[in-house]
Amino acid sequence: MAKYLLLKHYRGAPAPANDVPMAQWTPEEISAHVQYMNDFAARLQETGEYVDSQALAPEGTFVRYDGEGRPPVTDGPFAETKDLVAGWMVIDVDGYERAVELAGELSAAPGAGGKPIHEWLELRPFLTEPPTITE
Amino acid sequence: MNEALLRSLTPQVLAILVRRGADFAAAEDAVQDALVQAIRVWPDDPPRDPKGWLITVAWHRFLDATRADAARRRREDVVDEEPAPGPALAVDDTLQLYFLCAHPSLTPSSAVALTLRAVGGLTTRQIARAYLVPEATMAQRISRAKRTVSGVRFDQPGDVATVLRVLYLVFNEGHSGDVDLAAEAIRLARQLAAAIDHPEVAGLLALMLLHHARRAARTAPDGGRVPLAEQDRSLWDTGLIAEGVEILQAALARDRLGEFQAQAAVAALHADAPTAEETDWVQIVEWYDELALLTDNPVVRLNRAVAVGEADGPRAGLAELAKLDDSLPRYAAVAAYLHERDGDLAMAARLYAEASEKASDLAERVHLTRQAARLNARRER
Repeated sequence: MAKYLLLKHYRGAPAPANDVPMAQWTPEEISAHVQYMNDFAARLQETGEYVDSQALAPEGTFVRYDGEGRPPVTDGPFAETKDLVAGWMVIDVDGYERAVELAGELSAAPGAGGKPIHEWLELRPFLTEPPTITE
Repeated sequence: MNEALLRSLTPQVLAILVRRGADFAAAEDAVQDALVQAIRVWPDDPPRDPKGWLITVAWHRFLDATRADAARRRREDVVDEEPAPGPALAVDDTLQLYFLCAHPSLTPSSAVALTLRAVGGLTTRQIARAYLVPEATMAQRISRAKRTVSGVRFDQPGDVATVLRVLYLVFNEGHSGDVDLAAEAIRLARQLAAAIDHPEVAGLLALMLLHHARRAARTAPDGGRVPLAEQDRSLWDTGLIAEGVEILQAALARDRLGEFQAQAAVAALHADAPTAEETDWVQIVEWYDELALLTDNPVVRLNRAVAVGEADGPRAGLAELAKLDDSLPRYAAVAAYLHERDGDLAMAARLYAEASEKASDLAERVHLTRQAARLNARRER
């Protein structure tokens, strides 16, 4: 089994084919989209391939150490940040092909006009535990 | 197996172990072991005397653990002392457990976890799932919490306000997995109300009941939130509403107003209205005025602006809103609502979209995005 991270971006991914902001959809289209996402996660739970999924708020802060006895420095949020992660799903599947298949399915979630968004999702393999047999 | 019965027996069994001389942390571990075993064994082999069964199993677990501990200490050449007699328990053991588990030295998340386990009788796994953390993390949180309160005497009166804050958190936060945290919070609040006569305990219980009554109407099939005004009121649980109102009225009659009673009064006024249009907003504004005197929570003033908008018109509400800090959570959402009521749909749609980006939960985000979409669709038509 191999774990993969499916990353959804607010910004930074190539523009999808059906690129209409959600606030411009009809309320019914929003419902259909949410339903599709829920059904997708439920199906993966049933196949035993679902690990976790989370959505992130868009506003973040950069933080760094600023020396002994001083409070950490915070900076941001940066409006111009190129890459902005919106959320993720972690799956545990047999291999790369299955991961690509599932990411394709998730990317077909319906958007404006009830048509698939064709949203670009970033697929990243987890680094694994070292194998026991190495020779 | 009757899991509710099992859970309701937990604090009693724990108190008995402590009274027999077990220290709180060891007794709590032993009771947890007994609970886990009960969940496994009872379905096939239900005991005739569930409480007696739990006490026996928990006490044996405690003795086994103590002996293993003592044997280890002997091996390590540490002086083996007789276990110290535990502190005598106050008359009301359950109440003391509430105070201990909500002790001010605990962080809120630790107090919540310890309360759910020691008073609520939930397993570590159930609590971990409810808060979406690994079981090992939750186990560690609970054992650290027990270490934190290990020096606290059992026979000292605690502060009811800290217990109420913990129960409020249980009711209001957490993921609804296989354990219904809202129902659990209500059960714990009922048990507390039976143990202590206090108007704010009654106020919190009433508040929970009145909100719980609307639960079926609160969520859309897609998981989005249904706002109060749009809820199907026939789905409200009239039995819970009647009970909440009765408890609240008895509490208010004692003339010791507190935050939870005032919040419950607002909830009762909503529950009382057959339709959203018939809501008594003038009275609701008055209760928010009382609340503002009791607490400096800015969320109260935000909700008050909404109520003023309903009682005196959206312009009056917007004027109230203008006095508040626009970085408050849900400020944009309230502004959007008031602008929509005022007829400025373009502004409202823009503010709803802005508010959806600031939403702190998914149901709220879906709801606010949908509000923006609804107005945009209407404007295009």
